[in-house]
Amino acid sequence: MTEPGFIRLNVRALFGRSYPRVIGGTRELSWIFFETVLPILSIAAYVFIYKAFLPPNPDQTMLDKVNSLVGYVVIGGTMTAFWLNVLWSMASQLYWEKEVGNLQLYMMAPMSRMALLGGMAVGGMFMTSTRAVTTLVVGVFIFGVVITIGNPLLILAVFFVTLIALYGMGMMFASLYLLYGREAWNLSALMEEPIFLLSGFYFPVKALGQTVAIGASVIPATLGLDALRQLMFPVSGFGTQFYFFSPELELAVLCVLAAVFLVLAKLSLGYLETLAKREGKLTTRHQ
Amino acid sequence: MTYATETRDLTRIFKRKPKRHLLKRKSAKKNEKENGGPVTALDHVNLTIKEGELFGLLGPNGAGKTTLIKVLCTLLLPTSGSAYVAGFDVSKEVNQIRRKINMVSGGETSGYGLLTTRENIWMFSQFYGIPSKVAKERIDELMHTFGLYDKKNVKVRTLSTGERQKMNMIRGFVTDPEILFLDEPTLGLDVNASRTIREYIMNWVRKREHKTVLLTTHYMMEAEMMCDRVAIIDRGRILALDTPANLKRMIRKESTVQLEVDTLKSTAPIGGIKGIGNFSSKDDIAHGTTNLTIIVEDESAISDIMSAITAQGSRIRSMRKTDPTLEDVFISMVGKGLEE
Repeated sequence: MTEPGFIRLNVRALFGRSYPRVIGGTRELSWIFFETVLPILSIAAYVFIYKAFLPPNPDQTMLDKVNSLVGYVVIGGTMTAFWLNVLWSMASQLYWEKEVGNLQLYMMAPMSRMALLGGMAVGGMFMTSTRAVTTLVVGVFIFGVVITIGNPLLILAVFFVTLIALYGMGMMFASLYLLYGREAWNLSALMEEPIFLLSGFYFPVKALGQTVAIGASVIPATLGLDALRQLMFPVSGFGTQFYFFSPELELAVLCVLAAVFLVLAKLSLGYLETLAKREGKLTTRHQ
Repeated sequence: MTYATETRDLTRIFKRKPKRHLLKRKSAKKNEKENGGPVTALDHVNLTIKEGELFGLLGPNGAGKTTLIKVLCTLLLPTSGSAYVAGFDVSKEVNQIRRKINMVSGGETSGYGLLTTRENIWMFSQFYGIPSKVAKERIDELMHTFGLYDKKNVKVRTLSTGERQKMNMIRGFVTDPEILFLDEPTLGLDVNASRTIREYIMNWVRKREHKTVLLTTHYMMEAEMMCDRVAIIDRGRILALDTPANLKRMIRKESTVQLEVDTLKSTAPIGGIKGIGNFSSKDDIAHGTTNLTIIVEDESAISDIMSAITAQGSRIRSMRKTDPTLEDVFISMVGKGLEE
């Protein structure tokens, strides 16, 4: 049998590695409760606070404003699923692969290391999308959010580029976490809540001020959320008061971020592999 | 002549951070391992394994067997010297090597418990770019051979140790590697599972052209039965390398005496007897005995051995003189048995 070419080998490897996550959803159905019902509860708190702003007889502007705020929370809740997956699952994946004994088998396989990370990312995205879609659908129907989709192609582009940038960041973290072991878990804990705040998961990020918002833009979720909110709630009741840059500019920056994170992921994994081969312990269990 | 693997003066040193509290002790300087200093796992190893060979590597724990396999599998870089697999340099041509090899270790826990046995093996086959249909056909065939077919749709986490190791073996064979590295593949398995695995490995090498296996094992009988050639490695050095028959011939002029005696307080007096080579001892706590295997260079030493035992108040329960086995060769070379 002839050896597969580079592309065929790595596409198969990517699909193979994503398989456990993709099929995992059908094996243990308890995730439906944990991944859909519980996240709804967390965004419900914000929704009820925003809805409490409504006076007894609200005018249309007020209704638009509250609809936008509730919509921001629903979109934020949708993206929260991906951020948590990147932080807790994607970033720590190589570490766990090492602990269960898979990593050295991965490292001696002929596939590209990016196919391995890519497979983990694709599997994670697929699995998390179910939670995200549920949050969005429940948000729209239960909380009565009115979404205006003016430019569906741009929305899809922003959404997918945000995911690529986010998971690119997760791929980069995966190598770093393996390098620092369990200590890196503290970093995840440290990053979780502050990023919810800085990236504006439950409110428009510009409310924090231009300088903070620009700083927070290094996290792809920040610009992704802002662009999605602008595209899905063009009539916000607040005008453009809380919107950051234009969606097109934000998409362009996200493309740059995606490329930068993917390159950094490749470099850091290359560095990690060299270190592992030199020191002989990074890919071995319990070391 | 094509070599499956070749090493030239291969040396691998593990640098470790010194343990400060141990460095303060003067005596610790004498022992690199204790104080966390560098450890030489492979020391100028020169080894060639021919294509189509089933090659055995015997050595006690920490001898350097696994390190050698990891270097050849491109998981470790040599500190100095060079190593080649299928003609490619392990330091520079890793991608060419990785397409041609696979490795299975004993007691491996790889894979995902959520996946079925068949899915797990299929997943690993994809990392080698095997077309899905081909992989599935091979997996089914191998599962039949290894007697695991009825477990193909069972989740991995429910498999027994033996079944799991059979799955690992199938993972190794499914990519149809040119060179397969097996690191103690039958470790902890029952007799039947071990036999199935051994028979398959031997048939795989004998019935297919250009297939090579490098096997490390703790079981002498396994090496003797399976391997075309065997290398004995200890403290990172190759002490002997030949066919099992030739290795045994090396100590034919010596004889092996096996004794079962009441538990000995000390084996030191035996070591001091003139006319004996190396020896190994193993206490059997359940039966209150010590089993001694002694390589005797001069048979007049036997009476001294018996005196040394009875002087400790120990009773000799049985004694027999045997033809040298591979284990005797090992004891003669290394100075202790594999299980000590």
